[in-house]
Amino acid sequence: MTVVAIICAVLLGLTGLLCLVRIVRGPTMLDRTVAADVFTAACVGAIGVEAAVGRHGTTLPILVALALVAFLGSVSIARYAASQAAGGPT
Amino acid sequence: MSWGEFVDVVAGILLVLGAGFAFVAAVGVVRFPDVLTRMHAATKPQTFGLLLILAGLALRIDSLSDLTLVAVVALFQLMTAPVSAHMVARATFRTGQVDREALVVDEGD
Repeated sequence: MTVVAIICAVLLGLTGLLCLVRIVRGPTMLDRTVAADVFTAACVGAIGVEAAVGRHGTTLPILVALALVAFLGSVSIARYAASQAAGGPT
Repeated sequence: MSWGEFVDVVAGILLVLGAGFAFVAAVGVVRFPDVLTRMHAATKPQTFGLLLILAGLALRIDSLSDLTLVAVVALFQLMTAPVSAHMVARATFRTGQVDREALVVDEGD
């Protein structure tokens, strides 16, 4: 299981780094939203791998909260971008 | 190899596969040229990879309440990922960031 933990940590860490590259470079708000979504999924995956390797369920409520917050975040940014394009209220 | 070790090996394979899928999604997000192709790269491997990781996690834990939480996360991911992807794609169309000449079928109005 230690080998699995190391491989997963490297892969998920690289995932987070690549998403950060896309968040920094943009170029638009929606690109950053997509990248932040993948970043959150990598965080959920990392917490899940940690719980699986350690054989405990203490961190599982964090997974539920994180999944919920990621969904609300990308939906609200998408609505904001659409209403700005239509010239409506921001 | 006992049954417990076999389950552990399967769980490890699932975890590594899931992390690999998340990595593939990130590579797509960095390398693809515009928002829609990046979403194509991001949403599917991200959801599937997360489900693989959760399946590996479910093989490793015993208590029923923890398994319920894992099932809730998986179900929630399956329900919300299409909704948020749809809304982001619609906002992309509305803000005019799509190269409409490059589309084969254009139903986005």
